Amino acid sequence: MAGFQPGRLFRNINAKIAAIPMVFTALVVFVGGTLWTVVYSFTDSKLLPRLNFVGFEQYERLWSTSRWLVSIQNLMLYGVFSLVFTITIGFLLAVLMDQKIRFEDAFRTVMLYPFALSFIVTGLVWQWVLNPQFGIEHIARSLGMDWFSFDPLNNPQTVLFGLLIAGLWQGTGFVMCLMLAGLRGIDEEIWKAARVDGIPRWKVYVFIIIPMMRAVFITTLVIVASGIIRLYDLVVAQTSGGPGNASQVPAMYVYDYMFQAQNLAQGFAASSMMLLSVLIVLIPWAYLEFGGKKRV
Amino acid sequence: MSDTALPGSAAGVSSASAEMTGARGAKPQRRISPRNIMIYGTLFVVCVYYALPLWVMIMTSLKGMPEVRLGNIFAPPMEVTFQPWVKAWAEACTGLNCDGLSRGFWNSARITIPSVVVSILIASINGYALINWKFKGSDIFFTILIFGSFIPYQVMLYPMVILLRELGIYGTLQGLVLVHSIFGMPILTLLFRNYFSSLPEELFKAARVDGAGFWRIYFQIMLPMSIPIFVVAIILQVTGIWNDFLFGVVFTKPELYPMTVQLNNIVNSVQGVKEYNVNMAATVLTGLVPLFVYFVSGRLFVRGIAAGAVKG
Repeated sequence: MAGFQPGRLFRNINAKIAAIPMVFTALVVFVGGTLWTVVYSFTDSKLLPRLNFVGFEQYERLWSTSRWLVSIQNLMLYGVFSLVFTITIGFLLAVLMDQKIRFEDAFRTVMLYPFALSFIVTGLVWQWVLNPQFGIEHIARSLGMDWFSFDPLNNPQTVLFGLLIAGLWQGTGFVMCLMLAGLRGIDEEIWKAARVDGIPRWKVYVFIIIPMMRAVFITTLVIVASGIIRLYDLVVAQTSGGPGNASQVPAMYVYDYMFQAQNLAQGFAASSMMLLSVLIVLIPWAYLEFGGKKRV
Repeated sequence: MSDTALPGSAAGVSSASAEMTGARGAKPQRRISPRNIMIYGTLFVVCVYYALPLWVMIMTSLKGMPEVRLGNIFAPPMEVTFQPWVKAWAEACTGLNCDGLSRGFWNSARITIPSVVVSILIASINGYALINWKFKGSDIFFTILIFGSFIPYQVMLYPMVILLRELGIYGTLQGLVLVHSIFGMPILTLLFRNYFSSLPEELFKAARVDGAGFWRIYFQIMLPMSIPIFVVAIILQVTGIWNDFLFGVVFTKPELYPMTVQLNNIVNSVQGVKEYNVNMAATVLTGLVPLFVYFVSGRLFVRGIAAGAVKG
């Protein structure tokens, strides 16, 4: 296959032509676009991008804007709860599904269908189910529980949990499937060996299975985390960032500054911060993934 | 007939006596044991949580407004009406347009179909080139692509706007198709690359020896052999692009808004009296296409999302 021929550029020419879209996407859009945004975040671009550098001014303004601070706080709170709950629930459901049960396909179909729906649909449905005038609160009260109050979406203190209920509904089925695939990938012999040794099932899960599924957990973590940082449609549909600014998220801030408030550089600075938070998640993962392979 | 039944029952007796003497074997499976009750009970409760919103959505959309105001969102309608569906489809207003969600539906169809075709074509060729026609640097581009898929879209939105403006297709359907093809590329390329790497290499080598070139091998050998992975990719893309909101709102004009954007505008508009039944009918309508794909594709859907996610 190797063999040196004249004109190395033209060797394999069809493959190179075919790869033009990929090269373009990788270099121009991903690398170029990202660098462009980061560079312009140090300018004072308003309506149109222009290269008038102002140092860290945009970032200083960003971090002294209360709306941004609320967004970051919301994202972290939502992120922590969402990660913990999706992964725990996803794993527990996968364990239940792995008990050689009947109707596995039916159960899975029901748990996974929300994942096929958009965040817009998810947000709107839960907005309706959680509607205090008609939804769960109304039902409970009409059953005689007058004290019952469940109106997360209209209370700044609890609105994130309203989002969380919807987010978990949409995403846990997917995590369950990933975990189930991980469980199915584990050698049956381990279960037999554990049974011979008389180790209780829960101990096998905690001390043997979960450590063996490390890779699955890490991948799930990365997927879920990068999804959380992008959180946008769900909030737009379910709460529009309200009440007040109580459920704002960074992605909404970016959109509003770039496309509504005509303050481009502020939007660029905010999106660069989003990129930074992804790198914080991604770099340790890449290190584990690719640092691990070298040892083999 | 009774003879064949006898050995079975005899075996049953012997295994029972073996248990009496303390020998350990596989426990006979009982249908109703505390363990099973717990497992199925929990799963059932969980399923109620998952299924309830769909039920509520459909039930609300089949009620008239007086009944919605009276009532219990979980109860089935006393009087079934399809009026909300008709209204959501043909009359609901967004801004100045009052031609309902049908506009968004057709826009979404006009966005989704070409985007799915173009993105899959490009990604499958990428995967094929990456496995069988490696050239210097090809793996580097792939790595950039994969890492790029983790970059928040917000970072690349404005450069993309500029790019489309330069190409003269900002705000058009073609522009949005290009955006979907670009941002769908990492995951699809990964999918196809993994699939092609599992095909036997001898096949490719034999075709090379017979003098077939890049395109011929792709169209005559690779493509026919990879129908399953194409189906998986189609499922992934149809649901993903149909459900997209961000790109639709950023890269198109109001007349071309996809269904999700229009739905959000209808339901979250502040003007007028809220018609919850129409809103829910509109929501169900928007969810119908991905739900249809999901229920028809079944296991392939699971395979699609798992293949896209786990193998890295």
